[in-house]
Amino acid sequence: MFRRFTLAAVLCAGVSGLALAEEPRQGGTFNFTAPYGSSFATLDIQASPNTQEEFITQAIHRSLYAWDSINNAPVLELATGVDVSDDGLVYTYHLRKDAKFHNGKALTADDIIYSYKRVSDPKNAFPGASYVAIIKGVDDFAAGKSEDIAGLKKIDDNTLEVTFSSPVNPGFSLMQNTTAIYPSNVEDEATFATAPVGLGPFRFREHVPGSQIVVEKFDEFYEEGKPYLDRVNIILMSEDSARDVAFRNKEIDVSILGPTQYQAYQQDDALKDHLLEVAEVYTRNIGFNPKVEAFRDKRVRQAINHAINTPLIVERLVKNKAYPASGWLPISSPAFDKDKAPYAFDPDKAKELLKEAGYENGFSFEVTASPNESWGVPIVEAILPMLQKVGITVKPKPVESSALGEAVTTNNFEAFIWSNQTGPDPLAAMRCYWSKTAQSACNYTSYSNPEFDKLYEAARDERDPAKQTDLLRQANNLVQDDAPVWFFNYNKAVMAYQPWVHGLVPNANELALQPYEDIWIDDTAPASRK
Amino acid sequence: MLRFTIRRILQIIPTIVVVALLIFVIFSVVPGSFASSLFSDGKTAADPQLMARLNEQLGLDKPVHQRFLTYVGDLAQLDLGTSFRTRRPVLELINERIWASLQLAVAAMIFAVVVAVPLGFLAALRPGSILDTVTMVGAVSGLSMPQFWLGLLLMYVFALQLNWLPSFGYGDGSLRNLILPAITLGVTPLALLARTTRAGVLDVLNGDFVRTAHAKGLSEAQVVRRHVARNALVLIITTVGLLFGSLIGQAVVIEKLFAWPGIGSLLVDSVAMRDIPVVQGTILVIVVWFLVINTAVDVIYALVDPRIKQE
Repeated sequence: MFRRFTLAAVLCAGVSGLALAEEPRQGGTFNFTAPYGSSFATLDIQASPNTQEEFITQAIHRSLYAWDSINNAPVLELATGVDVSDDGLVYTYHLRKDAKFHNGKALTADDIIYSYKRVSDPKNAFPGASYVAIIKGVDDFAAGKSEDIAGLKKIDDNTLEVTFSSPVNPGFSLMQNTTAIYPSNVEDEATFATAPVGLGPFRFREHVPGSQIVVEKFDEFYEEGKPYLDRVNIILMSEDSARDVAFRNKEIDVSILGPTQYQAYQQDDALKDHLLEVAEVYTRNIGFNPKVEAFRDKRVRQAINHAINTPLIVERLVKNKAYPASGWLPISSPAFDKDKAPYAFDPDKAKELLKEAGYENGFSFEVTASPNESWGVPIVEAILPMLQKVGITVKPKPVESSALGEAVTTNNFEAFIWSNQTGPDPLAAMRCYWSKTAQSACNYTSYSNPEFDKLYEAARDERDPAKQTDLLRQANNLVQDDAPVWFFNYNKAVMAYQPWVHGLVPNANELALQPYEDIWIDDTAPASRK
Repeated sequence: MLRFTIRRILQIIPTIVVVALLIFVIFSVVPGSFASSLFSDGKTAADPQLMARLNEQLGLDKPVHQRFLTYVGDLAQLDLGTSFRTRRPVLELINERIWASLQLAVAAMIFAVVVAVPLGFLAALRPGSILDTVTMVGAVSGLSMPQFWLGLLLMYVFALQLNWLPSFGYGDGSLRNLILPAITLGVTPLALLARTTRAGVLDVLNGDFVRTAHAKGLSEAQVVRRHVARNALVLIITTVGLLFGSLIGQAVVIEKLFAWPGIGSLLVDSVAMRDIPVVQGTILVIVVWFLVINTAVDVIYALVDPRIKQE
């Protein structure tokens, strides 16, 4: 597993290294594909939590913070510096003076205040509200008790003071695309959904609904010499097989691969050297509901983890496009414990644990599952005979993706299989096992362990990053021992790219989200792209 | 003729009402909601407050009967509602997509008619000939071939191997982008139409009036043109109408495969996201399209065969 991860890192470094070795070429068109649907729901990114819409955001908008894929951390984007108070609650941001919106307006503190108010306005019911809620006074504003957000104070046009409710790292929340900064001088907010205006490296040019979005270089972008490309076509292509043909035919420049394609591309000499891989911050798992009596016993849950041959499923069904999971936090998380071994495949041990728990005659349960090939019904069907061997009968309950979300968040399941985001912020990921987190929020398995709570609360209050990481690592290991889920795998995202493309980065949050301003194409590209 | 046409149009209305009711009922009982679909990719932890707020804002917290009355009331005013996802009027969204779907359906139908009708005619005129055998084998193959697979095959040959045509997308709306999806969509109706034409023509050829026409000394061409073609046309028009009416609905798979920006792909995304107003509106438009085409066919073949009007 780790050898493969290292290989992936080398590949990634290869991409970046090549980009560094050559002088980036200016100009050209980049044909990027948006693989998660046949349309863009809206161009108003503050209104959408979906990755599909984030492809547009990466080009057009900017948030106060951005994600640094190389260093795996949030970094300041719209500010050149920040002063933090001793108690870690007050942040004074010195905003960029060279940032301009596409409508010509210079960025000021007013734009950030306006944007955060818009995001948290209950009338809008925007998904970014929960991220902005870390700012003091957002609750009162959302409840209609105040016309302003108390924690946002404009010092002058280029200085903004933000007071947070607790000493968290605000970067993880305020780098989200749903908290993108909009200009405060646009009269008709409805135009954000049809003709977006942002601070990003590309300006909106055209939207052909159901087909593509075209953005073109913004000459006044604040990073000197960037973007390199003249134009990006963000093309909607949700069908894997069609994307495969288009990629091989050199009509598109990148393609996100599924397990089957990944295997085929690895075996193709012409394609295998241009695969960008990264361990994404998603943990695939089967969550156990303690409403089922057997699941209240930790030994039963551990027995299930021992009874399933996880590496075999990852190899055969997921075609090695994943890393077997050894806990809740993924490989790319700073709190991941590389020394903690995953549950060993050991059916005898599983039987022993079941006997100790009083289930030597087994029991049965139902797994609510979507049709997803990597974390849905096919996986449940694969574990079925393995669990049968230790006396446990599993019945898959197929549902659609949106029905899965509803079943889980309303606690209407015995067990479920899902892929959950477990990063980049390890504190936020572990919060899902804090007993005070509502089941419907993300404590889907109604996990409760006072020992864990102590560790989590200590980590939450800890100001020293190294100590906080260590506490979270301990908390993660405790969850692994308690096994509230079957730890299946961490997604390995794979992107195939054409040999003329440079500047792609291994973004562990979502590989398909790429910094368009850093991408450039060399002279070997087809004439239609140059 | 006018009364006949008006009667046919009036018959559409109860069908639309029943379909609207069915769509509403189905999407009221299926599990999943727009709010829950926002978190279905597991990317963001579910936010119960946001979900409640969304349900309230979209009127999904109201009882089903109240929602139905609102829906019917809006429908009576030709208002299909507002999309949950885009927060834009459904009619506006359909208007953006319907033209691409129509373009695809018309092109597929033209391809099917232009190839199938002459082939069916020729096959019937020479039953048992090589042409007849090849046409019918081709028709059976066309009917049994999954459209998705055929589309991929055409992409592979004409885009990847020969590099003649683009493999996907709408491009600038040029004919080059339309050819592969239109052929893929047109193959099934082509096969059906070829078989129907052959059967219809064979049936007419065995009629007494055709024998009489031959006995009167008319040439083969005159018999075919004056008697066979005209009589076989009723069946062909009916088949073309039925096929054309159902093409937009069938295009869902093709639109998704070729990244064609029609209402089929809009429907698929809207179902996945439980954007109920768009799903309802899109299905209704597809149904209305089918009914309108069939009514038009009724009127056309009443013109072609006056006996139908009298019946």
